[in-house]
Order: sequence, then structure tokens, then C-alpha cells
Amino acid sequence: MGRQILLEHINVPGINTFDVYRKHGGYASVEKALKTMTPDEVTEEVKKSGLRGRGGAGFPAGMKWSFLDRKSEKPRYLVCNADESEPGTFKDRYLMEKIPHVLIEGMITSSYALGAKTSYIYVRGEYMYIIRILEQAIEEAYAKGFLGKNILGTDYSLDLYVQPGGGAYICGEETALLESLEGKRGNPRLKPPFPAVAGLYASPTVVNNVETIATVCAIVNMGGDEYAKIGIGKSTGTKLISASGHINKPGVYEIELGLPVEEFIYSDQYCGGIWKGRKMKAVVAGGSSVPILPTELILKTAKGEPRLMSYESLSDGGFVSGTMLGSGGFIVMDETACIVRNLWTFTRFYHHESCGQCSPCREGTGWMEKVLHRLEHGHGHEGDIDLLVDVAKKIEGNTICPLGDAAAWPVASAIRHFREEFEYHVRYPEKVKNPKHFELEPFVPAAAAMATV
Amino acid sequence: MSKVEFSPDTLALAQRIIKRYPEGRQKSALLPLLHVAQAEFDGWLSPETMDYVASLLNIKPIEVYEVASFYTMYNLKPVGKCLIEVCQTGPCWLRGADDIVEHFEKKLGIKVGETTADGMFTLKTVECLGSCGTAPMLQCGADYYENLTTEKVDTLIEKLRASDNRSTYMKSNMQEL
Amino acid sequence: MAKVTIDGIEVEVADGTTILNAARQIGGEVVPPAMCYYSSLKDTGGKCRVCLVKVTQGSAKDPRPMPKLVASCRTPVMDGMVVQNITSPEVLEARKGVVEFLLLNHPLDCPVCDQAGECDLQNLSYEHGVGKTRYEEDRRTFEKIDIGDKIKLHMTRCILCYRCTFVADQLTQERVHGVLNRGDASEISTYIEKAVDNDFSGNMIDVCPVGALTDKTFRFKSRVWFTKPLDAHRDCDKCCGKVVLWTKGDDVLRVSARKDQYNEVKEYICNECRYDHKDMKDWTIEGPRHIDRHSVISQNHYEKIDMQKLKLDIDRQLTFQKGKQLPETTNP
Ligand SMILES: Cc1cc2nc3c(=O)[nH]c(=O)nc-3n(C[C@H](O)[C@H](O)[C@H](O)COP(=O)(O)O)c2cc1C
Ligand code: SF4
Ligand code: SF4
Ligand code: FES
Ligand code: FES
Repeated sequence: MGRQILLEHINVPGINTFDVYRKHGGYASVEKALKTMTPDEVTEEVKKSGLRGRGGAGFPAGMKWSFLDRKSEKPRYLVCNADESEPGTFKDRYLMEKIPHVLIEGMITSSYALGAKTSYIYVRGEYMYIIRILEQAIEEAYAKGFLGKNILGTDYSLDLYVQPGGGAYICGEETALLESLEGKRGNPRLKPPFPAVAGLYASPTVVNNVETIATVCAIVNMGGDEYAKIGIGKSTGTKLISASGHINKPGVYEIELGLPVEEFIYSDQYCGGIWKGRKMKAVVAGGSSVPILPTELILKTAKGEPRLMSYESLSDGGFVSGTMLGSGGFIVMDETACIVRNLWTFTRFYHHESCGQCSPCREGTGWMEKVLHRLEHGHGHEGDIDLLVDVAKKIEGNTICPLGDAAAWPVASAIRHFREEFEYHVRYPEKVKNPKHFELEPFVPAAAAMATV
Repeated sequence: MSKVEFSPDTLALAQRIIKRYPEGRQKSALLPLLHVAQAEFDGWLSPETMDYVASLLNIKPIEVYEVASFYTMYNLKPVGKCLIEVCQTGPCWLRGADDIVEHFEKKLGIKVGETTADGMFTLKTVECLGSCGTAPMLQCGADYYENLTTEKVDTLIEKLRASDNRSTYMKSNMQEL
Repeated sequence: MAKVTIDGIEVEVADGTTILNAARQIGGEVVPPAMCYYSSLKDTGGKCRVCLVKVTQGSAKDPRPMPKLVASCRTPVMDGMVVQNITSPEVLEARKGVVEFLLLNHPLDCPVCDQAGECDLQNLSYEHGVGKTRYEEDRRTFEKIDIGDKIKLHMTRCILCYRCTFVADQLTQERVHGVLNRGDASEISTYIEKAVDNDFSGNMIDVCPVGALTDKTFRFKSRVWFTKPLDAHRDCDKCCGKVVLWTKGDDVLRVSARKDQYNEVKEYICNECRYDHKDMKDWTIEGPRHIDRHSVISQNHYEKIDMQKLKLDIDRQLTFQKGKQLPETTNP
């Protein structure tokens, strides 16, 4: 295993409790920050660490913090984004379930840096049992003097609450999350103003992902410069990857950024190779929103260099031959998987989750889903594939929030890299009219079969 | 129908929740309170229940309807005692979610979206629940059931039926598989 | 003050002005269309996306272009900003896409719609739409419902611009209708169909860009282009009392607020003026109302419209807006 920072003590029995967590160095960052550092110094360390947001967009966390309007008279808020609903992503849940205190610790240290007196953790409602775990951890932290008035005898006071969502992927988008936290529909806001200026209750607010906030503990403990040495180039540190699909060992893995993709997939330390001794066909590397890549392109870049698990390497080649690290939801498909059907489930997801505020996303996601449904169920026809490409293009970039893009990218990329499979669906409707089964005849011969017709 | 009102304990809980937010921002308590209300009143939100929640928060009823109808976890119609929500998004589908759904349909004699005649089970398909690494999976109330097989589904149906509890998101009703 | 250039035309506007309003100060064809923005309602806009424009230079200080098309109705200008609207093929293409999306689930039965002749969507689709729909699936349909005893909601036609909910929020004290559900299942509804009885609720009808909210007291009496609109006023202690009377002979068929050239009401009227004074004697008539030639109201024979003429009409309109002499009408 490479360097473990977040999951170092994951197997210690009782690590979910305050005492065991504390014994293993827990809450050290709170002590260090509150007693020996100014809030700005903490922010400075996060800046130096090069930590990039782990929620999907990869925006440098220190920079986001420095945008927070500190001159405003209004209270400032830190809100943790634990809405985790991007298909293929389940790392935050794992972390919160196993080591809830690392998030609580990170919230305290980060809130101190940002000058927040009240902070919220917004957890997707379906994770209700995680909410109970966090609430219990918070109660322990209050009891031990790490939350509440005058933490550890300092002037700093903080209240921390957990907020349940109600079932809506869009509430992972930070402004929709804030709306939802205010008790409203999860409609993303128009920007500007950005949350750093007018976020929760129109006050300056920082929204960060669970993993981002948890990582702040390690950064404060070891120092930003030290953290920046881990990883590769601008992809500093470690990242939690949620691995799912047709692999031998699905699960959450902490990797040092820069690990070769091939090693991640085939090494027994990680995914353990493709299940049932089959071959790999495609990978969605960063959650359902990012472009899908065929085996050749996920293992090697178009230039022939080995592809690495890092922000830069995965996006090498742009959207023509690359993808994105995204939220780290790594979905592997074996040679039997039907790309069209997989895409249909993704598109159905975005259709289901569109908030419906803006017309391209509201109407376009449903349209794409219906066309894909048609193709997948043997009712597709000539022109459908180009129609999909065109609809995706008309959504992309024209919506209020990035959900529109997130719905368009998988469609565009699946057709770019697997067009013959879509054509196969148009030409051989009777062969694909099999909605029950997830495993189809291997598609490899498809192109050959078509050539002989 | 009896008057919609929280029990004293639940009301106290609701008051504690409302205190989490700054003065004048009590509307923030809406999502948590709807969860509480749904658990208290038979697993769904009737217009009367929503009006009651509106009165607790001192907001207009339409503000509650707008929110309750936006989020998928709030049932605006009655559901069976056990609401079975099977994930069907890509990663779960890749690992056989369709077979699980089909098995449920066969075993319960209902289609997705329907409730069994005895009012015990409602079958629903849902989108990714953040459990893709342990796919296929389903949620019933607060509990996640993972790495499902058709045998596990059989056991689960039996256990749920035997326990006869209403599943709610608020409280675990975990049945060992 | 900020200087902006839109489609090559420079204009100086107050700081904080949106691109759309800056374009309106120039006027003419550089004005982007708007289906959800409504200048007299706070916080509207940003949703329909028909007003998308391209910002090729962010400002004098930061000349970088903006990476995506922006909603001109909600994007404030910066000094030195350069914007492309109709001079950008990318904008026109995107707009065509948006119009197609808006029409996707919209019934194609304008001839029987009560709004025909004064529908912004109808006008928009003539200008920017594609001829033929590529949508093969069933359209979303809803039953018509009453919102109170004066307003009819036909959700099937709604484009979810949210304007009516802003009217309810900003002009009436008690909003009882709103947007329910989400995504393309969203709908405007009172949920349990409570009545909207508030002095200003009738303004929802006027702000609705399509035929989703219509005046029940007017419905079916007459096609709008058979009526004669008159500016009129009365002393009203609730509102400005300045209205348009839609008349036929001596009958007042409908009363509405006055709309400007962008089809927006600036002075709202109360329900009493709207519903309870359908008698010429109650009003001081100011004279005939000028109706934007752009709209098919002025065509008189909606059913006979052919696209050729409409195109000519639009061209005429464009010339007109440029401030040139208006050529003679081509209508019979
Ligand atoms: C549709 C959509 C869904 C999102 N879902 C999540 C999510 O579930 N969790 C998350 O942390 N970020 C999510 N994001 C990203 C957030 O908007 C935001 O960028 C993030 O919370 C910032 O935190 P970070 O900088 O620490 O990554 C989502 C974004 C979009 C557009
Ligand atoms: S892009 Fe989709 S999810 Fe985002 S605001 Fe628009 S309709 Fe809502
Ligand atoms: S009813 Fe009319 S005003 Fe209201 S949202 Fe629909 S289209 Fe807009
Ligand atoms: S796809 Fe089923 S839990 Fe994620
Ligand atoms: S008018 Fe600007 S987005 Fe609708």
C-alpha cells in the first residue's frame, strides 16, 4: 500500500469512538491550530499543501478559503458537503462511517481558520444511519470540550450540526445545497454572487467536501509543505477512490496521487483485476459525470504514456482522449457490459435528478433518456445517434449549473468511443431487446459482424 | 381522522431541531422536520401533516408542498409498511440489480411502484445510494442491505414480514441477512 | 458608468446594469429575447436561457472572454465588456437549441390556444425555431385547473419561467401557488387547489409569457386579434388604474395591465380594475393602444399566416426598430 493518511487507522478496533481516535493522534490538529496558530496561518498551510477540493471540481481549497469575505459584518459559515450522490462514489460514506471523528476534527480546525462560529454538515438523507454516527461523534466532542464554548480553554467557540437532505443529487451542487439547508427546494443559485460572499443566509460561506475537510487535519499536523511532497506535481496528497463495477475487489482505497491506473486496476492491493477472468472494456474514472474511456485510453494516454491517477494525467488529451479524476468514483466495465445500457442508466439518473429550473437541462436530459431507452430496447433508428450528440451539445455549457454538463459528457464520450456499439443497437434491434439481462453477448465481434452484413 | 399533532416527545425533538439555526431561520428545519413527521405519521406526508409542519415553522403551506415534492425521500402517498428501494443505477446494474428487482417482483407478486395487497411491501427502484462498491443493494428504512443475492432477498422478505415493523428512515430495523 | 459594446454598438450604462438591459438601451435587433426575466419583478431571470450571449471580452481590466455563454438577463456589465448576440453563430445555435427545448413538451396547437396572438413563445419560435420537431415521444400533458375563480391554469403550456410565483411573492401577501415536483415533472400548482384571492393575483395572467395562465372571464369570448385594444384609466385607490381595455364594439371583453415593447408590465393593476369594471362607462378612454407589430395580434387573420409574410413582417420590424421609415404593410 502506498501512503495512508486518512485511512491509516481504519482497522483499529473502536476507531469510531472518541477515545480510541484520540489515542491514535486524533484532534491533534485542533490543539495545534487553536493553541499555536492564527486562523490565517492555518489557511496559509492549506494553501501551501496544494490540496484540491475532493468533491469533484478539484478547485484548490486554500484559494477557496482565501476568497471568503472576511470583511463582512455577517457571521461566516463552513458547510461540509456530504451529499455524496454521484453514481460510483461512496468514499465519504465510508470515511464518515468508519472514522467519523476525522471529519469532526477537520470541521473544527477548518471552522477556526475561516472564523466560523456555527458550521453544518449536510448529509444526504439516505445516509440517515451515518447521520446518527456523526451526531454521536459530535456529542462526544462536545463532552470532551472540543466543541461548544471556549474550546480547549481558548476564546474560540463553535457549534456543529448535522443536516439531513431529502433525496436529491442536485443538492451536492454547492449553491443548491445552501438553498436546501435554508429549507428550500434544491435549486442551484445563479452566480455571482458566489458563496464566499453571499452563501448560507446570504453570509460568507465556504462549502467543502468531506474528504477535503478531513484532509485538513493531516495538513495542519504535518505542515502544508510536507503534504505537498506527497503525490505528483499539482496533484498533491492522497485521494480516496471508490472502486466499483466488474472488478474482483470493489471498495474504497486511499491512493497516493500519481499511482498508475494499470496498477490500481490490476494490483491485488487495490481492485485486484477484472472479475470472472474477463477482459476490461471501459472505465468511468471519476464518477458517472466524467467521460468514459475504453481500455486503451484509460491505461495509456493518446501519446502512449502510462495514465496515472492524478488530476492532470487523467485529463490528458482533453475530452477527445482523456477524462477527469472527478470525485474518484472508479467504475470498471468488463467486455460483456453493454455501453448503451450503462449510459441509459446514467442518463436516466440525470433526468431524474435535474432540478428543472433551466430549460436545456430540464427538457434535454429527459429527451436523451427517452432516445437511449428506445435504442436500448430495440426501437432505435437511423439518426438517433447523431440526435443524441446534438442534444448533448445543446445542453453543455448552456445551463445554470454543471449538472447539465454532467449529463452531456457521458453521452458525448460514450458515442465518441463506442459508436459502433450504438450502431449495432440500431441495426440489430432483436439482439438487444433483452432488457432483463445485464450481461450481453460479448460485443467485441459486433464490428466484425456488421462488416459481413 | 384524528388531529395531526406530534407526541410531546416528538414535539420536543422538533423544538431542539429548530434551535440549530439562527434566529429567523427556522425554515432551515423543514427537511429534518419532514423526516420526523413522515416517521411519526405512517411513513407518508399527507396535506394535513404538511400543513401541521408549516404551522410549527410559521411558514406558508405552499412552502412545505414545494419542498416535500422536490425531494424523493418524502412520500406524498401512503406506502407499504416496508418500502423496498432497490438501486438501479449503472454500478448496481453492472452487478445484477435487474435480477434483484425481477426477483422481488416475482416473490411479492407486484411490479415496481406497487404495494402488496396486505400493505406490507412497496417496491420502488431508486438511483445511486452511495453503495456501489457493495452492489447490488437496497435500502429499507434507515438500513442498507448490500451485496444482495436472490437468496438474501428471500431471507430479507421473510424477516421483514415476521418483524412486522414499519420501516422508517429515522430508525434502524436492521434484519440480519 | 460602464461602457459596453454589444454586436459592435457601444453604449454607456449605469454600473450594475445587466447585459440585457444595456442592449435594451440600444434597442433594435441586438436585444436578446427574454422568456423568464421580467424587469419589474425582482430576482426573475436566468432560467429559460434564451437570452444567452457571448462575452468576448470580460472587461477593460480583465479582457479574457467568459468561458461559457452567459444569461444576459442576470449578468452585470463591466466597463469595457464586449458582447456578441446576433453576430455570434454560437449564440444563435444555442438559442435555437433552447427554443427547441422550450417547445419540446409544448403543445403545437397554437390555433386553439387562448394566448395565440399574444404569446411570447409563439413569436420566439417563429424567429429562432426549427421548422420541424425532432421529438418523437409523447408530450407531457396536464388537465386544466382553476386557480381561484378567475384564473385558469393549463400546465401543459407552461414553460416554467417562474414569473407567476414571483408575482405571488412580491405583489400579494399570501402566496398559495408555487412550483411542485422537480425536473421535467415540475408543475405550477396550488397543490390542493386553494383559491388565489388577493387583490393583485390577476397580474400572474399578464406576466405569463405563454397561455398557461389565462383570464377565465375572457376565455373563449373572442380571439385576441378580433378585439380592439384601448388605453384607459380610472381612479383606483388600490392601483394605478391604468389599463388596456380589450373591446369589441361597446363591450369590454377583458381588462389587462399595460405592457411595454418587451411585453412587460411596469405598473400592475388590481383585481377590481381587472375583473369588476367591464363597462366602458367606468373608464376614461385615452385612445387606441399601439400594439407591437411584431406580434401576430396585428395580423387579423392568424389562421392564414404564412411563414413568408411573417418573415417579411419580422424584417419590417427590424427596420422599424432601427429607427428607419416603416415600409407599407404587406398585409391585406
Ligand atoms: C450536480 C453536482 C453535484 C455535486 N455533488 C457533490 C457531492 O455530492 N459532494 C461534493 O462534495 N461535491 C459535489 N459537487 C461539487 C460541489 O458543487 C462543490 O464544488 C464541492 O462541494 C466543493 O468542495 P471541494 O472544493 O472540497 O471539492 C457537485 C457538483 C455538481 C454540479
Ligand atoms: S442545469 Fe439542471 S440541475 Fe442545474 S439548474 Fe439547470 S435544470 Fe437545475
Ligand atoms: S404558468 Fe406562466 S408564468 Fe407561471 S411559470 Fe408557467 S409559463 Fe411562467
Ligand atoms: S449505483 Fe447503486 S449504490 Fe451506487
Ligand atoms: S430571460 Fe434570461 S434566462 Fe430567461
